[in-house]
Amino acid sequence: MSGGMSGGMSGRTFWPLLKRDLRMLLPGGSPRGGRGGTMLPLLFFLAVAMLYPFAVGPDAKLLAQTGGGVIWVAALLAAILPLDRLIAPDLELGVFDQLALRGVSEEMVVVIRTLAHWLSFAPLLLIATLPAAAMLALNNETIGLVMLGLLAGTPGLAAIGVMIAALTAGLRGGAALSGLLLIPLAVPILIFGAGSLARGDITGIALCGAFSLLLVAIAPFAGGAALRAAREN
Amino acid sequence: MQDCSLSAQEIACRRGDRILFRGVNLSLSGGAALHITAANGVGKSSLMRILAGLLLPFNGAVSTKGAIGLLDERPALDPQTSLAGALRFWGEVDGCDNPQELALLLGVEELLDVPFRYLSTGQRKRAAFIRLLNQAPPIWLLDEPLNGLDRDARDRITSLVRLHCEDGGICVIASHQPIDLPEIMPFDLEGFVQ
Repeated sequence: MSGGMSGGMSGRTFWPLLKRDLRMLLPGGSPRGGRGGTMLPLLFFLAVAMLYPFAVGPDAKLLAQTGGGVIWVAALLAAILPLDRLIAPDLELGVFDQLALRGVSEEMVVVIRTLAHWLSFAPLLLIATLPAAAMLALNNETIGLVMLGLLAGTPGLAAIGVMIAALTAGLRGGAALSGLLLIPLAVPILIFGAGSLARGDITGIALCGAFSLLLVAIAPFAGGAALRAAREN
Repeated sequence: MQDCSLSAQEIACRRGDRILFRGVNLSLSGGAALHITAANGVGKSSLMRILAGLLLPFNGAVSTKGAIGLLDERPALDPQTSLAGALRFWGEVDGCDNPQELALLLGVEELLDVPFRYLSTGQRKRAAFIRLLNQAPPIWLLDEPLNGLDRDARDRITSLVRLHCEDGGICVIASHQPIDLPEIMPFDLEGFVQ
């Protein structure tokens, strides 16, 4: 079937799409049209960091030893929270149909959404790592490794999130399923990212970044195929 | 209006393990209007999606020349945003950012500040029509365009369809309701059911 005349992906479509995705996903965006996108993931992240010392006791040495890992797990779980808002509502609205009719490829839709998802949680998460690290009595070196690791790992988490959200968008109970599916895929990021804390150097972070980039590279194709499949339903 | 055509050869549609219809042939050129009728569940919407290229036919092929605009039950307008904001997004994508004039044309100019989720069925339909007019494709595929509309809106939309076809565009309408256009060709999909 031959494409439409307005086909192709230009800056004309890229910026409106990114703007819309961000407006939808950014915290506190509700008056400007957010999808109930609140500070929830961030508060969740901070709540975990705050509750952990209560659970294991105020032993500063133990907290400093395990705190980095707790921040990693909290970051992983915080990245899962907005998954049900990532793809499914737009599928329901018919937005992807209209974009397809305008010659915007599903792959490009996924690239933009991954970027928007990352922008909506990762920078804030990195900032929130500082108060979380203070609550867990982490030293400066560990804070540096956690921040660097999260910077390397979060793009991969965003890519997995969008992929899974696209895969489960057409399914009933997809939201519950997506959290479950994300965990095993995120394990390598966690192993290399949090593993660097035990070694105390950045070799693990390099591997975490490599895996993260691999996921970012795969996501548009896997997610795009999933969107096309969801349209057939 | 740019040169446009829409043709389908031997289209068959399968949903689940059931063949809904087969052997549908269409050939439309600029200025043509088609009214597809059939009972519920025969596959009107599926045929529209096949013509739009959004659904793969079980058999056969569709070939088109010119951009396609689809209007169905899903308006693709953000419910949380104001009507103007929701339309602005598509205006930016389509490179035509003047929904005010079109809003006037469809009688929703006073609703531009209202969040889209507060609009009624008919008002949503009018809004989706603005999105279509903004896109300005030569081929219109309208799936139940008159549902939920009052007489005033039905008249407005019928005359928009007439203008579009006079202008050399193609319009395919799937609807249970009569379309008040003398030149529209009827097409009964029931004849192709297995």
